[in-house]
Amino acid sequence: MIAVMRGLRRRLFASPGDALITLAMLGLIAAVAPPLLRWLLLDAQWSGPAAACRAASGACWAFVGEKYRLILFGRYPAAEQWRPLLAMLLLVGMLAVSCDRRTWRRSLLLVWAATAASVWLLMHGGVAGLAEVDDTQWGGLPLTLILAVTGIAAAFPPAVLLALARRSALALPHALAVAFIELVRGVPLISMLFLASFMVPLFLPRGVQMDELLRALVAITLFSAAYLAEAIRGGLQAVPRGQADAADALGLRPWQRLALVVLPQALRTVIPPMVNIFIGLFKDTSLVAIVGLMDLLLAAKQALADPAWRSYALEAYLFIGAIYFAFCFAMSRYSRYLERHLHQGGPA
Amino acid sequence: MTPAMSGGRGIGPRLLATQALVFAAVAAVALWLGANLFDNLAARSIHTGFGFLWQRAGFGIGEHLIAFDSRNSYGRALLVGLVNTLAVAGAGILLSTLLGLVIGLARLSGNALAAPAAAGYVEAIRGVPLLLQLFVWYAVFTDLLPPAPAPLRLLPGIWLSKAGLNFPVPVFAGGVWFDIPTRTRFGFSGGATLSPEFTALLLGLVCYNAAFIAEIVRSGIQSVGRGQRDAAEALGLRRVAVLRLVVLPQALRVALPPLGSQYVNLAKNSSLAVAIGYPDLMSVADTTLNQTGQAIEVIGLTMLAYLAISLAISAAVNWCNARVTRQGAA
Repeated sequence: MIAVMRGLRRRLFASPGDALITLAMLGLIAAVAPPLLRWLLLDAQWSGPAAACRAASGACWAFVGEKYRLILFGRYPAAEQWRPLLAMLLLVGMLAVSCDRRTWRRSLLLVWAATAASVWLLMHGGVAGLAEVDDTQWGGLPLTLILAVTGIAAAFPPAVLLALARRSALALPHALAVAFIELVRGVPLISMLFLASFMVPLFLPRGVQMDELLRALVAITLFSAAYLAEAIRGGLQAVPRGQADAADALGLRPWQRLALVVLPQALRTVIPPMVNIFIGLFKDTSLVAIVGLMDLLLAAKQALADPAWRSYALEAYLFIGAIYFAFCFAMSRYSRYLERHLHQGGPA
Repeated sequence: MTPAMSGGRGIGPRLLATQALVFAAVAAVALWLGANLFDNLAARSIHTGFGFLWQRAGFGIGEHLIAFDSRNSYGRALLVGLVNTLAVAGAGILLSTLLGLVIGLARLSGNALAAPAAAGYVEAIRGVPLLLQLFVWYAVFTDLLPPAPAPLRLLPGIWLSKAGLNFPVPVFAGGVWFDIPTRTRFGFSGGATLSPEFTALLLGLVCYNAAFIAEIVRSGIQSVGRGQRDAAEALGLRRVAVLRLVVLPQALRVALPPLGSQYVNLAKNSSLAVAIGYPDLMSVADTTLNQTGQAIEVIGLTMLAYLAISLAISAAVNWCNARVTRQGAA
């Protein structure tokens, strides 16, 4: 008992300042927690029509029950919504499998390619008796996941090229790489999205169209490539000179030295920063809502456009906030796990 | 491929060939894109050039720190937007640093209530997109706050309502006194108002960036060796003095570069104002673009402006960094 009291005193009342902070926190909790719990859980309306929600004083979770399909899947035809669900499960499954370090070998790329193909086939349809669903109807969480995963995957080759170009002794590739990276890192993603949205049609040959989704993907890919390039450049710098020398001594050609010796070690070193870039990108996909793509955030706003359910914005935002948080929290935990364990094994 | 990696032979013919190839490829792509561009511009009868900047804007801007009305030019409209961006970015940097410092210190404090609360705040804020948080803040301002005739009184003279934040402003006429907002039947007269858009944007940006700054502060303080703190306490300094005189100056060395990039992020994130209706540079550029159709010029100017802001902030932080690291490292 005395030990408990002493422990409490040490952790909460160690000094007059500490005691003040503790009292302030207790006051804050007492003021905020009961009304918050009442609104969130106790007085909340869990099902029923909009009228029941208006009558209740708590949160209207019936809104989520009514609108969750619109929020999660956008305007995808209701009868076919098992397809984006399956596509999402495949994508998340592939990410989960890739997290295990035992799978980090060349054949993983084949798995990624196969998953990408199946996801696209499932979403788009047109084969194997699946109805064709144009990508203007894709929306919600599947769209967010597709934008994030495709964005970072497509950004990889340009990022490696940019990193190599920036480290190059040749003047032109170096200058171009520096100019591109510094320009893209100095401007907001929203301006890149506007750039892609308004200007890509001007740069394509007359008559060639690129749909909204592809344009947003171009912007996201270019944006991620610049940040990834900086991370990969850090990794390349971290590979000891001796590795390149040893590769030369073995008679490897320069591109073999790069592909077989330098790059694998560089990429392994920078996996934690790359996971952090992916987390940032996942959150940044919400910006496509501003250019009109029906991602998770815009789908929630559309659900709120219904006049009967218009005043339940907080419930909608809490719902999708929880979804975003679940993904980002899992990824950041994984990033921390990686940082701890990748250093233990040492190089190779 | 540095000269060193080519075995000390210098830039040989193979590398020169590579450079020529890169040049040819880039030139080919640029020419093709340029040809398409001119073709499309001609087809849509869009004239290039910056002449539109002197044309009459024809739209009003809700909040402007410099004088503006619809008779002014597009150029002046963009300038108004730029000033608005600088205002919200400057206020955001200041306030988020303060809040981030408090939360970072709370996280390190060891107080069993404050530390987990700070940790929870950082995790929650960093796991949710900024745009969503801005929408939540804006919803608070437009749905949850009381209307202007019945505002919330935060402090004497400071009122919070759907019309924004009304507060007293010092007036220098003769002596110094305050122009306090007084309630009228429909709103307020006197004092200054921060619009709901500005306040929501500012609060959203501050809360979001404070979480990142708290982590930077935490890693900075944790990088200062335990021995420094022990020595300071052995000299008889109290906890606050130890922090102020010994820990924070050294923590600043480690924290300044990531802090600088976080400030640049804040300035860039302020462009999300376009989503909640605050007339910053991006919003005004969007309106101008839609009205004039001069996509290339407007987007080019906007990107240049943001690039200039980013470079200016980086340069300022680098200058501070140089001053802080002038005396030898640990």
